Amino acid sequence: MKNTIRQVFHSPKFVAGFAIFVAILLVMFIYPLINPGNPLEQIGVGTFAKPGTYISLYDAAKTNTQTLRLPEAADNRIAARLSMDDRVEMINWFGTMNISVEGLDINDTDALIELWNQNYDPSARPEGMTSAKINYYKRLNNSIAELSASDTISIADYDEEGNLAVTKTISDTDYVNTKDVANVKTLPLGTDNFGRDVLKELVSATGTSIRIGLIAGIVATLIGLTFGLLAGYLGGVVDDIIMFVTNIFTVIPSFVLLILITYSLGQEQRGAAIVAIVIGLTSWTWTARSVRSQVISLRNRDHVNLSKLSGHSLIRIVVMDILPYIASYVVMAFILQVSSGILAEAQLSLLGLGPKTTQVPTLGLMMNWAMLYSAHTNGSWWAYFPVILVITLISFSLNLMNTGLDQVFNPTLRD
Amino acid sequence: MSEMEKARRSVDFADKPLCLSGRGVTKVFGIGDKKTVAVDHVDFDFHEGEFVSIVGESGSGKTTLSKMLLGLLGQSEGQILFQGKPRDISSGRKKKEYWKGIQAIFQDPFSSFNTFQKVDAVLLDCINMRGGKGLSKQDKYDMMTEACNFVNLKFAELTNKYPFELSGGQMQRLMIARIFLLKPKILLADEPTSMVDACSRATILDMLLNLRDETGMTVIFITHDIGLAYYISDTVYIMEHGKFVEYGKADEVILQPKAPYTKRLISDVPKIHEEWDLSTVDLLKTE
Repeated sequence: MKNTIRQVFHSPKFVAGFAIFVAILLVMFIYPLINPGNPLEQIGVGTFAKPGTYISLYDAAKTNTQTLRLPEAADNRIAARLSMDDRVEMINWFGTMNISVEGLDINDTDALIELWNQNYDPSARPEGMTSAKINYYKRLNNSIAELSASDTISIADYDEEGNLAVTKTISDTDYVNTKDVANVKTLPLGTDNFGRDVLKELVSATGTSIRIGLIAGIVATLIGLTFGLLAGYLGGVVDDIIMFVTNIFTVIPSFVLLILITYSLGQEQRGAAIVAIVIGLTSWTWTARSVRSQVISLRNRDHVNLSKLSGHSLIRIVVMDILPYIASYVVMAFILQVSSGILAEAQLSLLGLGPKTTQVPTLGLMMNWAMLYSAHTNGSWWAYFPVILVITLISFSLNLMNTGLDQVFNPTLRD
Repeated sequence: MSEMEKARRSVDFADKPLCLSGRGVTKVFGIGDKKTVAVDHVDFDFHEGEFVSIVGESGSGKTTLSKMLLGLLGQSEGQILFQGKPRDISSGRKKKEYWKGIQAIFQDPFSSFNTFQKVDAVLLDCINMRGGKGLSKQDKYDMMTEACNFVNLKFAELTNKYPFELSGGQMQRLMIARIFLLKPKILLADEPTSMVDACSRATILDMLLNLRDETGMTVIFITHDIGLAYYISDTVYIMEHGKFVEYGKADEVILQPKAPYTKRLISDVPKIHEEWDLSTVDLLKTE
């Protein structure tokens, strides 16, 4: 046993898979300690806030300022405000007015604005251009002029008589240190459609999904193992009946069965555990069949005959003389079942048949929410891509572990 | 032929009580066109203390017959009598009782052991089966040591080892130690020497004979080697296509064979028809 484990940890594939899986588990346990709280808490209003650091404007305005005269500040400001779409439209305008843009870099804001200011003619009416487009260019020109002008922002408050009075002006050289601002929040993966922190949700969802995978794997492996052992060892009528049931389950596509069962359970009954058990109940056939075939090859071995001659009971023979020989195989099957359980949950949830949506996030539910709110069409990659990445990593690590185990165990299975 | 062998063979087993006998024992596999008759209406009488060899080629039905004798396989037809009474192995409890009277050594020592159990567990099992569950630890240890001494193994060296850490010959000797502890009425040895080297073979055969002499058990020795059967057995049954074509005392069957199949088997043994003299062969000498 000790030797086997040592051997397993010498397989580079297994170690790589194990390392990835343990890393995922560590993050799962440690992150909630660093960042506690309800993962489903809606911290944002509105959908899909971009990943990044958010600084409270209110607090920043009330924080003491430092004056910094940074030479590139004005340019950066314009560059950040002038969107790529606007830049493309500016180039298009140069095109219609037959102005050469050769050597002009679209990202070179200075050169672009200089060329624009030299050539833009508000009164020009190029042929074929709609008046809406002409107005768009006028607005664009105005905002460029506004951006270029150095200005201050005034903060006004109501005084005792109810009149607005300027209490503070913020000039373009005023800076605050982020350490002085009371509220700064970094959202590494932004927020989802309900304004929830995606990273926190993702960590919690990973945990739930792995639990679902484990429960599904345990249920499937237990059923498959019991049926396989009984059918293989007892043979005869028991074998026929079990294989008949197994064949029926094999013929019916298990995913369709899964959909039907979860659908008929109804939204209210579907907790994460129930979904996991249902997944387990529909995916044991493969294990049962392969365990059976392994047991059939083992049951006529001399050591089993000898154990019978020693008067051992059926249970003892199965547990002591057959189970150890297929244990490695069962562990491998279990790992694959966990992996496919996680995938099955993701598929079910994507179809809207996952666990109840109000209690726990799962990887599948996160994808479902992202899909329902069109994250994939409005470019909010952070709502679904990290989820896909985590699912891939989990499956990949589990499959890698499985391949590693296969390499270690197969030579002994062959003899 | 040495004096010892002569003495051994002069015993007339026909007078001894019956230990295991069969009447019309048949085993059929499959049905219809695919029907194979593995064992075809065989009759046999094995007496107490007799060393019986069943000789036949591969596929002659030896192993099927041995499995039926052990009760691991039911017979399709016929009756097997144990100590003169019809054998009853209809329930698990009765089977257990039957197996106290009959034990086996199999061909392949490497697959005879559960590789996940230590040597101690194998031997302890036997002590427990003989009702020694309540014995003190020291008593059990002494019994295991005695059994190992009988087969020239040192229990102190084997304890806490796994069977796969032993050589094939050691494993097969451990199997005999197991039989020594169980002391069954009948030992069925299914080609116990075919997977071990020539040196261990002689040792093992010698041990089987010693075991028979010491405990008076019936040994049913299944082999394809008619020479081997001649050297060690009292009675020889020749099996061809599931039938006993000839049987009788070893000397009679092998020195004056009647059935053409027996003649062929004998002619297949190299150098054997020139001289049927045991003194020229050192098979039974231990090293």
